[in-house]
Amino acid sequence: MKKYTILGEKDTRSGFGDGLLEAGKRNPKVVALCADLTDSVKMGAFKQAFPERFFQIGIAEANMIDIAAGLALSGKVAFASSFAAFATGRVYDQIRQGVAYSNTNVKIAGSHAGITLGEDGATHQILEDIGLMKMMPNMIVINPCDYNQTVQATIAIAEYKGPAYIRYGRPKVPIFISEDTPFEIGKALMLNEGKDVTIIATGHLVWEAIKAGEILEEQGISAEIINIHTIKPLDNEAILNSVSKTGCVVTCEEHQFNGGLGDSVAQLLARNNPKPMEYIAIDDKFGESGKPEDLMVKYGLKSKNIVEAVNKVIKRK
Amino acid sequence: MATIAELENIAWQIRRDIIRMVNGASSGHPGGSLGCADLMTALYFEVLDLEPKNFTMEGVGEDMFFLSNGHISPVWYSVLARRGFFPIKELSTFRVLGSALQGHPTPKYSLPGVRVASGSLGQGLSVSIGASLGKKLNGCNHLVYTLCGDGELQEGQIWEAIMFAGSNKIDNLITIIDRNNAQIDGEVDNVCSLSNLKAKFLAFDWDVVQMEGNDMKDCIRGLKEAKQLTGKGKPVAIIMNTLMGYGVDFMQGSYKWHGVAPNTEQTANALSQLKETLGDY
Repeated sequence: MKKYTILGEKDTRSGFGDGLLEAGKRNPKVVALCADLTDSVKMGAFKQAFPERFFQIGIAEANMIDIAAGLALSGKVAFASSFAAFATGRVYDQIRQGVAYSNTNVKIAGSHAGITLGEDGATHQILEDIGLMKMMPNMIVINPCDYNQTVQATIAIAEYKGPAYIRYGRPKVPIFISEDTPFEIGKALMLNEGKDVTIIATGHLVWEAIKAGEILEEQGISAEIINIHTIKPLDNEAILNSVSKTGCVVTCEEHQFNGGLGDSVAQLLARNNPKPMEYIAIDDKFGESGKPEDLMVKYGLKSKNIVEAVNKVIKRK
Repeated sequence: MATIAELENIAWQIRRDIIRMVNGASSGHPGGSLGCADLMTALYFEVLDLEPKNFTMEGVGEDMFFLSNGHISPVWYSVLARRGFFPIKELSTFRVLGSALQGHPTPKYSLPGVRVASGSLGQGLSVSIGASLGKKLNGCNHLVYTLCGDGELQEGQIWEAIMFAGSNKIDNLITIIDRNNAQIDGEVDNVCSLSNLKAKFLAFDWDVVQMEGNDMKDCIRGLKEAKQLTGKGKPVAIIMNTLMGYGVDFMQGSYKWHGVAPNTEQTANALSQLKETLGDY
């Protein structure tokens, strides 16, 4: 098992904020819109650096999305950000008509995604956003796994022309992807080559997958670990190649079973190479208030759960 | 500069196009389209500063128009075609499989003149605000125009947009409200009244112009007055009184013609009331 060292700890939302600032420096067409959560979604540095390119919309997310669409029509690269719950579900129709169908160059940035938002509880802990966004034609969906990858992903979607959704989280989590790791939209990242099982993970669950890989190695199980940061377009080739080698797969994500990364992988395998598969995801439940770590444990999103799923799926081979 | 009579002539032909398109497709929205024929003619043939042949999505160096109540696509398509954005004969493809003239407007098929999809109501004003902000960032002194239905103002997002535009002094934006007091289920005042609309806009720090939308002379007067109010720190609303179905006696003033296509007999009757001034497509 390849060794991954913790390079530090930072929230992925700060990766977005720093990536946005860098994208703004590189391209004067980058603009940012916020709905009264400037510092929470880490747009403060961009606002300070480029005040004329920052738009405070107020608590009006629907208005924000379509204003972003109008700015995009004017040649801008428009980043619209809120908590993922309000940046997606609350404004689904605005994104559908003004962004996806109209194919405008708008980047929907969903912060505080998933259950690790913590104490605010289920109203704010969206676990459906990947599914909501990936169902829309023209929309790409990215869920980076640590601070460094979120910086890279933010810069990458600024350079990509077209609608994009990026989701990231609130708590501080380990940084383990080096700054010089290549990032390409739609390209899976091979974290560890193995032969017995494929573990496909996205977002905060990638670090859990690495820890699971270390435990599995002690049990004599060789796990191939793939980081899918781009859920749409999915890197079909990387997944099919790996699964044809290992013969079984476990997907890991901080999202509902329904509509998540697991769904995309299952669909791919069903059409090409059906193999035993297990999901680490949330099983049709809303979240609740609590510390992020405690919620991860309660909802079965820890390395221990991944190890159990691997043992189960290998038996089904 | 066109005369009032010339503009009226164009508007009559636009009305014929609307009836023929909706009848041809056996579906579509004739009521609001007919009511807005004068306004749309005035805008595209007299007021908007643009060149159809040079249409770009970014709209730098020209006025931009957004149709928020996308269901009145027939009037927009007809005006765009008659103004030279695309061949007039394409009007016969309205709502037909494979046509760029979708039931509700979309840029998907690269139809010149259309920049964003509309149809789901209440969103066009927000898009227009974005375009207005874009113009300011781009150093473009031209204006952004939006048309909204009055029933559409029941959408909450419209009020988010009205509040934002007033609060942020978006003064390169003119929003026209088609005050025909008609929506699918009845009169707007009965479904969910807008009450004193002028007072509402004023309370949100907009300037307000009122005009008669089925009087070409007054349309030109109102649009010019609105234009003169731009650049002064406030967005401008035009409350435009119209009759749904204007120009066709059995449609005029009735909400029942919001989204119903006339049959063959009704079409013949309607066309007999509408002068063919520029030649049918």
